[in-house]
Amino acid sequence: MSDALPQVPANEPILRVEDLKVHFPVTKGIIIQRQVATVKAVDGVSFTIRRGETLGLVGESGSGKSTTGLAVLRMLTPTAGRIVFEGQDIAHHDGAELLEVRRRMQMVYQDPYGSLNPRMTIRTIVGEPLAVHGLDADRKATRDKIAELIASVGLLPDMADRYPHEFSGGQRQRIGIARALALEPSLLIADEPVSALDVSIQAQVINLFMDLQERLGLTYLFIAHDLAVVRHISTRIAVMYLGRLVEIADRDELYQNPLHPYTEALMAAVPVADPEVEAKRPRTVISGEVPSALRPPPGCAFHTRCPRVMARCKTEQPQLREVAPGRAVSCHLHSN
Amino acid sequence: MTLAIDIPAAGARKERNGVIRFIVRLFREKPLGAAGGVIFVLFLFCGIFADVLAPYGMNQISPRTRLMAPSWAHWFGTDNLGRDMLSRCLYGAQISVIIAFTTATLATVISIVVGIVTGYLGGKIDLVVQRFVDAWMSFPDLIILLVVVSVLGPGVPQIIFTLGCLLGIAGSRIIRSAVVSVRENMYVHAAQSIGASTGRILLRHILPNIMPPIIVLFTTRVGTVILAESSLSFLGLGVPPPTPTWGGMLSGSGRTFMFQGPWLALAPGLCLTVVVYATNVFGDALRDLLDPRMRGSR
Repeated sequence: MSDALPQVPANEPILRVEDLKVHFPVTKGIIIQRQVATVKAVDGVSFTIRRGETLGLVGESGSGKSTTGLAVLRMLTPTAGRIVFEGQDIAHHDGAELLEVRRRMQMVYQDPYGSLNPRMTIRTIVGEPLAVHGLDADRKATRDKIAELIASVGLLPDMADRYPHEFSGGQRQRIGIARALALEPSLLIADEPVSALDVSIQAQVINLFMDLQERLGLTYLFIAHDLAVVRHISTRIAVMYLGRLVEIADRDELYQNPLHPYTEALMAAVPVADPEVEAKRPRTVISGEVPSALRPPPGCAFHTRCPRVMARCKTEQPQLREVAPGRAVSCHLHSN
Repeated sequence: MTLAIDIPAAGARKERNGVIRFIVRLFREKPLGAAGGVIFVLFLFCGIFADVLAPYGMNQISPRTRLMAPSWAHWFGTDNLGRDMLSRCLYGAQISVIIAFTTATLATVISIVVGIVTGYLGGKIDLVVQRFVDAWMSFPDLIILLVVVSVLGPGVPQIIFTLGCLLGIAGSRIIRSAVVSVRENMYVHAAQSIGASTGRILLRHILPNIMPPIIVLFTTRVGTVILAESSLSFLGLGVPPPTPTWGGMLSGSGRTFMFQGPWLALAPGLCLTVVVYATNVFGDALRDLLDPRMRGSR
């Protein structure tokens, strides 16, 4: 592993996102378009991922976690903010510069059925990143590399000439991972990579992710809504609500001592495997729906559902502040 | 040294095997489609070698053998001027089949290019081009044909060009909608995130996945074109008589002498039906064989 990280000290940040904003304009009119509103899908998100760690990004649907992932991957151009990847601000890269970044950052998708082209063999799918970046000049080396990639995700290399429909969901997800690994990226963004799979298969794929991380020294941005999965794989966890980070902390701290009322409610929603403990456990249930990102509530976005809401929460937006080393929360309860 | 020579040779052999394997699969898995393909090739062959195959000249008039029923001398009978119907059908194959396939090909290529560009790129280009397509489709085809042919004059290239543009632009809407649905697939997104160029995505990801509507579009166009050419000929804007075309034969002497000599309509009509049917089953077979998900099924 040490030779995979040349002249970079361990724990050096690989990705630093600063005040990332992704706003989508809502327009009316066909020829003359005027902007009638803005959806603030991501509104001022900052976090850091260190080399070799896994940052779990959790939140309800519509919280902006996928949009954050897409912006980091630069499939979207951020409205504002910086995305410093391996020491370089890539927020406004395009053309050749962006192509170069694409080599070092890859994505694993949620849907194992839709993410593989049904008309391509596994060999073509896994080899496509190599072809796109012109790394397939040597036919024999490419063949070997593809076989190696397929083997590394736990499939048999002689499956290479089959088509995606001949594989199960879990196997397809492995193929997606092999494709993402083809360019030996330093950062892998996984957008709900196991939520479409059966629970038994989920565990296998999660273990594969962890295995590969250990073997190849990968860094993950792991987007998910399943807290049990996130707990298993992450070193640190960031919680999002309505386009903003509400809390970021090391995994164990977050699970044992959640600070933000929203995190608390999320943790309380995770069932405990012991029925006696489960019965005695105090629970915080939050009611209502996530407010619309088109018209977020004033003040703290969570105040409409917060069990511990104060007068101040309705007018003043809390800022994300560090309450302990490596731990930040955005809540008025913890602002002094 | 031997290795370096062996690798490309092996590659080339594999390519050739691929084509042969495909033909073997066509015959084994889709016998009907294979028959369609054979019939189509047969007609194409007849058309190309009509000069050699035809027992009589296409415009050879023989007043004494007018309106003769099919016999050994005249397999398909003779028409009101005593011309041999078999010979005319063979020459007709030359013109009709050539017009049908070049026009259908041109139309499909136009549909693919316009459909893919507007469907994949979307946005303002899509909006502008598709409004143009709307305007184009709101004109009756015949009016546009009349205008173009009256300016350019009747003739085979004019027909191919005009019909190709007409059908191609109308068909672009079908291709566009297929592209829009394929574009939303995550594998297209994945290819973009890898850094694949737009050209590569269109060629490797979009095009193979819109093959089913393309093939259906092409095969239905073949029949449409042969019939459209016949209505043009009927108006005197198609291939000018006495050059035989199937459409012209149907709508000309075939209609006039329908009761005295039904074979005048039957011969070109059957040829037309067989070619259109053969193209359709061949197209369907191709569509199924090209889809890896259909492998092994019949």
